[in-house]
Parts: sequence; C-alpha cells; structure tokens
Amino acid sequence: MGAFEETQLPSTASRPEKALAWVDDRFPLSKMWKEQWGSYYAPKNFNVWYLFGSLSMLVLVLQIVTGIFLTMHYKPDAALAFGSVEYIMREVPWGWLVRYMHSTGASAFFIVVYLHMTRALMYGSYRKPRELIWLFGFAIFLCLMAEAFFGYLLPWGQMSYWGAQVIVNLFGAIPVIGGDLSEWIRGDYVVSDATLNRFFAFHVIALPLVLLGLVAAHLIALHEVGSNNPDGIEVKDNMGPDGNPIDAVPSHPYYTTKDLFGVSVFLLLFSAVVFFAPEMGGYFLEYNNFLPADSMKTPAHIAPTWYFTPFYSVLRATTADFMYVVMAAVALYVVFVWLKSRLAYRIKVAIAVLGIVLIVGMLPQVLDAKFWGVVLFGSSVMILAFMPWLDHSPARSLRYRPSWHSYLYVVFGLVFVTLGYLGTQLPTAAYTIISQVCTLAYFSFFLLMPWWSTMGTFKPLPTRLTFTPH
Amino acid sequence: MLVATCAAGGVVGVATAGVLVSTFQPSERARAAGAPVEVDISDVAPGEMKVVEWRGKPVWILRRTPAMMATLTEVQDELADPASDKEFQLPVPPYCKNPQRARKEHPEVLVTVGICSHLGCSPSSRLAAGPQPNLPNDWPGGFLCPCHGSTFDLSGRVFKNKPAPTNMDIPPYMYLSDNKLIIGTDNEKGEA
Repeated sequence: MGAFEETQLPSTASRPEKALAWVDDRFPLSKMWKEQWGSYYAPKNFNVWYLFGSLSMLVLVLQIVTGIFLTMHYKPDAALAFGSVEYIMREVPWGWLVRYMHSTGASAFFIVVYLHMTRALMYGSYRKPRELIWLFGFAIFLCLMAEAFFGYLLPWGQMSYWGAQVIVNLFGAIPVIGGDLSEWIRGDYVVSDATLNRFFAFHVIALPLVLLGLVAAHLIALHEVGSNNPDGIEVKDNMGPDGNPIDAVPSHPYYTTKDLFGVSVFLLLFSAVVFFAPEMGGYFLEYNNFLPADSMKTPAHIAPTWYFTPFYSVLRATTADFMYVVMAAVALYVVFVWLKSRLAYRIKVAIAVLGIVLIVGMLPQVLDAKFWGVVLFGSSVMILAFMPWLDHSPARSLRYRPSWHSYLYVVFGLVFVTLGYLGTQLPTAAYTIISQVCTLAYFSFFLLMPWWSTMGTFKPLPTRLTFTPH
Repeated sequence: MLVATCAAGGVVGVATAGVLVSTFQPSERARAAGAPVEVDISDVAPGEMKVVEWRGKPVWILRRTPAMMATLTEVQDELADPASDKEFQLPVPPYCKNPQRARKEHPEVLVTVGICSHLGCSPSSRLAAGPQPNLPNDWPGGFLCPCHGSTFDLSGRVFKNKPAPTNMDIPPYMYLSDNKLIIGTDNEKGEA
C-alpha cells in the first residue's frame, strides 16, 4: 500500500467532481458503485423473470420504512396491542395507508420472492458456481418466513394468537426437550404478554438486521460470480476485447431502466391492492384477526396466511396411517439408492442405516405421527437448500432440457399450489388423501432429481446467447 | 498466553450468552400466576358445558347426560388410548383413570383442559350426536379441533388415526362441596 496521495484535479473541475474525488481518496465509493452495479456486466437477454430480484429489494425497503412508522404508534402489550392497531387504522392521520402498505407488503414480498425462486428453478441459477447465492437466498427465505410469523402475532387478533400457539407448539413435538423448549420460546405456559413482547423485538430489530446482512451477502456473491441467464450458459466463456463478456451489458443504464419500468408496473398493481382490496378476500388479512385474541376459544377455522399453507398442508397430511406409506417410501428409496446410484459403498451403507433408523422411529410405538408431521413440515422447506446438489442435469436451463422436464416442473408447480390451496381449507377425508398424494409427489420431485434430471435427450447448448434486438 | 486469553474470553462469552438465554424463561410473575381456581357448578345443567380459566388455559366442565355417558363404552374400540395409559403433559390423576375420566363422586362431570394435544388449539364442542359438517355420519358426540381435525369423545379421549397423539389433559381437581369444585389441587394441604 502506497502513501496517501490526494487526487489532483484541474482547476476547471466542477465542485461535485472535486467532492467525489475527495471522498474516493478516503472511501471506495465510485469503486463500489462500479463493481456492484455501474460496471457490473449482466447477460443481455434478461427477460421479465429477472425483475423480481430488484423488486424484492424494493419491497424490503418498503417494509422497513413503513414498519418504522408503525412502531411509533404500536404498543407491544397484550392489553393494548389490538387497540393500538385499531388506533393506527382509525385515528392516526394516514395510519391506515401505512398499515395496509405494510400488511400488503408482506404478501407482496412472498409473491415476488416465490417468483424469483421460480426463475432460479427454471434457469438453473443455483448450479455451480452459484451455490452460495442460492444458499444465502434460501436463508433470506427462512428469515422472511420468521419475520412474517413474528409480525403476524403483533396485531393480537384471534388468528395471531392461535397461529402463534400452533407454531410454537410445533417445537413441543421434539422428544424429551420439546415441552420445555416451547415454554422457553413463549416465556409463559401459554402465549401471553411475554411472548408478544419478545416477538416484537425479533420482528423489528433482530431479524431485520440478519435479513439485511444476508441480502448484502446474496448480492456480493452474485456480483462475484456473475448472473446466470435464461439460456443457462456462461457469458464469461466469450470475452470481448474490452475484457467484458461480449453478450453482457453494464447494469447501468441498461438494467436500471428496465428495473424502473418493472417497478412502475409493480407499484401500479401494489397500489391497486392497497387501495381496493387490502384484505384480498381474507388471504392477505384473515377475517378472524379482526377479533381480539381470546385464549379460551379457538376460531372455528384457523389457517395460516397463504404463503405458509403449502408447507402447512404437509404437516396436516401426516396422520398415523400415512406413516406406514412414508415407511414404505423410505424403504423403497433405500433400495433404489442401492440399485441405481454410483455412490461409494460406505455412503450406501450409511444411507441404509439411516433408512432403518427412520423406519424404526416411525413405528407408532416409538415416535408418534405428530413428531414426524413436524419433521416432514421442516424437511419440505429445508429440501430446497439442497437443489444445487440434487440437480445433475447437463444443461442448466429448462430451454435445453428434454421437454418432459418442463412438464414435470409444471406438475411440481401444480402440486405446490394444490398443497397451498388445501392448507387454507378445513380438512376433510378427501382433502387429506389429496394432500398426502401431493406430499409424496413433492418429496419425490426433489429426492429422485439426481436420476430424472439426467434422463432424456438434451438439446444442444448454444455458444452465444439467444437474443433478438427489439 | 493466547490460549489463556481465548479461554477467559470464551468463559465470559458463554456466561453472557447463558444469561441472555435464561431471560427467555417464564418470569417469576408468570410462575406465580398458576394458582388453583374454585368453580361453582350448580348452574351447569345436564348436557351443558362451562369454561373456566386455569393457568391461562380453558378448562371445560361438562355435565354429561345418561345418553352421553352410554356413548363412552360404545366408542371404546375407535379410540387411540381408551384407558389413558400414554404419557401426558399433566399426569392423569389416579382417581380419573376410568372410562368416565372423572372423580367417582360425580362420574357424569367431566373436568378437562380444553387444549388439543396436537398443537394446542382449543377444540370446538360438537356435543350432539349424528351427521354434521366435517364429522363422520355416525358421530357419537364429542369435540372437534378446528386446526387439524382431531376428534375427541365426550371424555376428551382422542379417536384413532388423528393428528393428536394423546387424550386431552385432566387437571388435578376435587369437590369442596356437592356443587363446588377446585381445579389445580387435589389435597387440602395445597397445590398439586
């Protein structure tokens, strides 16, 4: 490192130029801008799916800003919370707008993030060397689910209360320590003022800090390895004379303008919901939550908000009878791994031992279906983290994979949506069977991916991006 | 020196983390709030139910009719644990280990913590027998948990193949007089 040297600009330089040079000598402002966005070269064939990354950043900022203003009027106290939310809605000037922006923002966040994840699945954006981008993104998704869950308790309505009761009791299903663990999380024998207070702390400070850190890590990792694209080929394989990929353009101004257009369309739709349908027919704000929390009476129909329902359906599908199906599935999977995989002998033995332990554990005499319901519920989320190692397809993007792979993704999408729909409905015998079939399909999609993703006739990969100038 | 510094720093770090973790436990005030409650049941007619709060949870007091009592033996084979032998969050009081799950002074009066053993929702009363929404057509009367569809008989015992693993808890209780009972204790000396 050389000695400090002040940049000498000609005396004709403008004041802002001089100020920037002064800052740049002391802090890498221009350098950071160039690396992270200004001269960040991104593939030139981004389509509409590539809007959802920047849109989720926008919603994050929206949530933080509206959240700050809500805390100025909200009271995290079991006796006052419900009333303070009504106070915000009715008496704080424009309070209703800030609150509806925040509550609609929560659902918008999940819509945008689910679409962002769909994009990654379609174009194989999680594949080597982008595994860490995917893992940071997955951690953001987990964090977001925790944010939504903690935040949902704060209005202290009936759904807030009983939703928290059910989710905290999930931890109670863990053998031996479960009961004490859920008591420790609640800070009381039931969901109470202590629970509300700590959920408030998590929602407004602890998780947002973690979330911001993860978003930074997600972006730094992305800008280190570079963006994937709808063709799923590396633009860096074709470098131009200027040292940048031929098929890439600097994000600024090209993607700045594109993202701004996306932002305009998004805000148009977002405002329409905020102003005309903030409850979205009971999906964004559930009707039972307009009743104050009552620890003596569970509402006749409780369901989590829509973004949790696919996973929640998996939990509900796990009945005592279904465990025998799961046991058979585990046994079949172990046999399949032995016959069909080229894993080392030692790993195969380990998988077989694990399979036997699981099957024994699933016997009703050992651990009941309640515990396994929680395990399957957790696994249905966690399995997403393994995508980079489950997908063995030679082509990243679905564009160059056999057509039936695309149909399989469509079926998977339908399974996910069906699970989500069933999670909002009261359980009936028929619905339970459908959700059990969907649960099996959901897990098969991931667990059999190492095999099916290599099968079929792949289309030849292009050497340059497919791009038609508009 | 490096090892000693790291060890000393580590001890302080772990101790601080331990303190922060401990603050999550129920406070002394929350612990003290679990006192027994006295209930007058003279106004509970046969077939009716009263709900009282004990330790922040709903406790149901149901005076069952003779017809309701008759269902308890009929459903025996459809229950997951008819004799209440499994482990419970609250140990089943020995004086309630019978099909009525009640003290012998008033076997028709059921006293149970109205919390589903699955994930802690409070089941709704579906006391009347016969076909009704979300229940089988041969429904004998009992309780339905709105959260995940577990069903319980009129003694709070769970039916087979439902998400709830165990029957509902029976709190310790005793009769102070014919129409007065106390929930949370079953001996004169104090809390159970």
